[in-house]
Amino acid sequence: MSRVEHASRSSRVGLAVIGVSLLALAAAPLWGDRATLRLLAEMFTYVALASLWNLLAGYAGLVSVGQQAFVGLGGYLLFALGIQFGVPPLAAVFIAGPVAALVSLPVAVLIFRLRGAYFAIGTWVMAEVFRLLASQISALGGGSGISLPAALVVAMAPTRQWRELEIYWLALALTVAVLLAIFVLLRSRHGLALTAIRDNELAAQSNGVDVRRLKFTVYVLTALGTAMIGALIFLMKLRISPDTAFSVNDWTAFVIFIVVIGGIGRIEGPIIGTVVFFLLRQTLADLGSLYLMMMGTVAIAVMLAAPKGIWGLIVERLGWQMLPLQRRLVRDPGGTIRAP
Amino acid sequence: MTEWLNVVVQGVLTGGLYAMFAVGLSLIFGVMRLVNIAHGDLIVLAAYVSLMVTQALGVDPLTSLAVVVPLMALVGYALQRGLLNFTLGEDLLPPLLVTFGLSVIIQNGLLEVFTADSRKLQAGAIEVLTAQLVPGLWIGYLPLIQFAVAILVIAALQALFYKTALGRAFRATSDDQAVAQLMGLNTRHVFALAMALSLAVVAIAGVFLAVRSNFDPAIGPARLIFGFEAVIIGGLGNMWGTLAGGIILGVAQAIGARLDPGWQVLAGHIAFLAILALRPQGLFPKVSG
Amino acid sequence: MAETLLDVRGIDVFYGDFQALFGVSLRVDAGEVVAVIGANGAGKSTLLRSIAGLMHPRRGEIRLDGASITHSPAFEVVRRGVALVPEGRRLFPSLTVEENLLIGAQLKRPGPWTLGRVYDLFPALAERRRLPSTALSGGQQQMAAIGRALMSNPRLLLCDEISLGLAPIVVRDIYARIPRIVAEGLSLVIVEQDIVQALKAAGRAYCLQEGRVALQGATRELTRETISAAYFGI
Repeated sequence: MSRVEHASRSSRVGLAVIGVSLLALAAAPLWGDRATLRLLAEMFTYVALASLWNLLAGYAGLVSVGQQAFVGLGGYLLFALGIQFGVPPLAAVFIAGPVAALVSLPVAVLIFRLRGAYFAIGTWVMAEVFRLLASQISALGGGSGISLPAALVVAMAPTRQWRELEIYWLALALTVAVLLAIFVLLRSRHGLALTAIRDNELAAQSNGVDVRRLKFTVYVLTALGTAMIGALIFLMKLRISPDTAFSVNDWTAFVIFIVVIGGIGRIEGPIIGTVVFFLLRQTLADLGSLYLMMMGTVAIAVMLAAPKGIWGLIVERLGWQMLPLQRRLVRDPGGTIRAP
Repeated sequence: MTEWLNVVVQGVLTGGLYAMFAVGLSLIFGVMRLVNIAHGDLIVLAAYVSLMVTQALGVDPLTSLAVVVPLMALVGYALQRGLLNFTLGEDLLPPLLVTFGLSVIIQNGLLEVFTADSRKLQAGAIEVLTAQLVPGLWIGYLPLIQFAVAILVIAALQALFYKTALGRAFRATSDDQAVAQLMGLNTRHVFALAMALSLAVVAIAGVFLAVRSNFDPAIGPARLIFGFEAVIIGGLGNMWGTLAGGIILGVAQAIGARLDPGWQVLAGHIAFLAILALRPQGLFPKVSG
Repeated sequence: MAETLLDVRGIDVFYGDFQALFGVSLRVDAGEVVAVIGANGAGKSTLLRSIAGLMHPRRGEIRLDGASITHSPAFEVVRRGVALVPEGRRLFPSLTVEENLLIGAQLKRPGPWTLGRVYDLFPALAERRRLPSTALSGGQQQMAAIGRALMSNPRLLLCDEISLGLAPIVVRDIYARIPRIVAEGLSLVIVEQDIVQALKAAGRAYCLQEGRVALQGATRELTRETISAAYFGI
């Protein structure tokens, strides 16, 4: 019998590395101080956001410059649920996801009427609509924003330290869940279809892939994940305002730079990109707008010179895989091939 | 009653400005299928260039056009030839991401040089002059001039595209790059000329913007969005449709603003979304997306 | 003694890793009509595209009037006087018939071919000059494509499968005008799968088979058998 093999030697090594890293990260409260934990949590959220954007753009071919719509929506849902209905923040994070997914349905119906770069700008317009609507809601602070009520915050855990540990582990768990979900999706039949769409949409369609339905589903799922991360982000910030919630810079520009530099259309890319991004940020943070200009220049340079990003280069030169996502047909000694 | 009439007329005239934002964008899309995300920021860049020119040469904004327009055209040629030509191809991602990166660079570059302070160009008395065409209906001279210029620009571009050899070259290159080369057209040069033309229009739009209202480095994306909305409402591939789209957008915004100043931009977005929902191909489409 | 206009020497042409032409050589003298025949995929179009500058050989040389055009870009090659009538006509859909012809004259090369002359040669085009090029029939589109190439006043005209998809009577009609084109001093390379018309119009022929020149010679000296053998590679 033959079968489809996903792993390779490097991916087995990769899995081991990932396993060890996860253990180390879970145990971070033991070896890291408060600032380190906050930094790590922030990195986790960017890995998740970038991976979701990568799924949308790199696999489904939907380039969005408006994902900040769902980051902000998630954040505002967290605050609204807490302030209006007294829902505990940790629970609100998990409610924000499905609610955002519902909201994303009519959004998708509208913007899917646009294509290519016009679709991209359409997503931006939607984000602006969300931002403008949010600034109209005075119960949530209107244009200047609002803080998470102290009572809710305090009720999360017995001590501040415990609360911060809860948030840290939630960030880690949520990010791992997002990555796992993406991995499972890509490994499935739908993942194969997505990879086909990524490589040649027309060919995929003529081979029976329901391109439109798949793209729609990916968009909604991405909205779900993005909103949950957004809720988490603003739980960490404890304060929200329309401009921070729907910031193009924070939730789209940085995310895009991370994915482009790390490697589009590869699951490992966003992880690499986030590491590079934060390294740069730690060393160059104080430069303000110069820093953004540099990021822009680097992203352009990478797009032109190495469009597959850092991880793409590594794959090309060394053939490595961190995660077992390849599909190789392994023949039996008998010589027959059975469909997997 | 006349109050609402005034509102609508204001909206129509503003629509001319939005059409100016849009025309450069749709020109480029028509010729090379490229959507320039940095388009709005280039409009703001033009505004700042005009600021520098008026300050350095001591001229008024209208005269500064004589410098700003050729300068921006040159920038457009260099930009296309030096950077954007390398992003063109089958893949959607490179031009989108490169122009996005460009947008970030321009915005932050302007921020570094000019700070976030709000500026405005002074055009003199004409800014406040109004005429009463019909009793109770006041029309500002400046918005009227800008609207007239918008119409002139669109008419000129139409003539260029459909009655000149250059226009033929644009249309042929847009149809079939390889065969256009067989006609002796250096397509890299043709694309660069198209971008130069687009930025020439952007220059006019930028100066108009600077005279009309306050500007700062961050307002670029909003201009891109207004231009984009005008194009979609009007329908792809039709410059006069873009004018109509701009007018509808302007009127929607004016009505929204009249109801509540905070609703101005939102009203425009709603009009856009309504068109997208009810007639996604736009009002007067010539080509499909 | 006719001078060599086009000299293709041993070109290897690749599409990525796939080699399409192997050491192909070809010669066209001034005033000649040369046919290049071969089965589908033999490399005929690749040869014309390489001469026209849309592709470039990895090895070998292409000389026009002694000067090398091996790596010249397409727009440069047209300037030197080589015009290609591309496979499948490929008129510009956004342009009218007349605009398609006018754009052929973009370079304003001096010569006998003007709009009036082309309309003389193809009266059917004159009647439809203001129509969008997409409104023409297949045969008329082919005429327009040839006219468009003529408008650049070339010295060498490359015709890529002008009989493709056309009814035999239409093909005969088009080929009937070839002598008038040649009479103006043009040299021609005619690429065809349909060999009857090509061999009737040409003085010399080359037969390509899987990217190599399998046969060449004066058309009146080529027999049915030798052609078939070369065509199919038997």
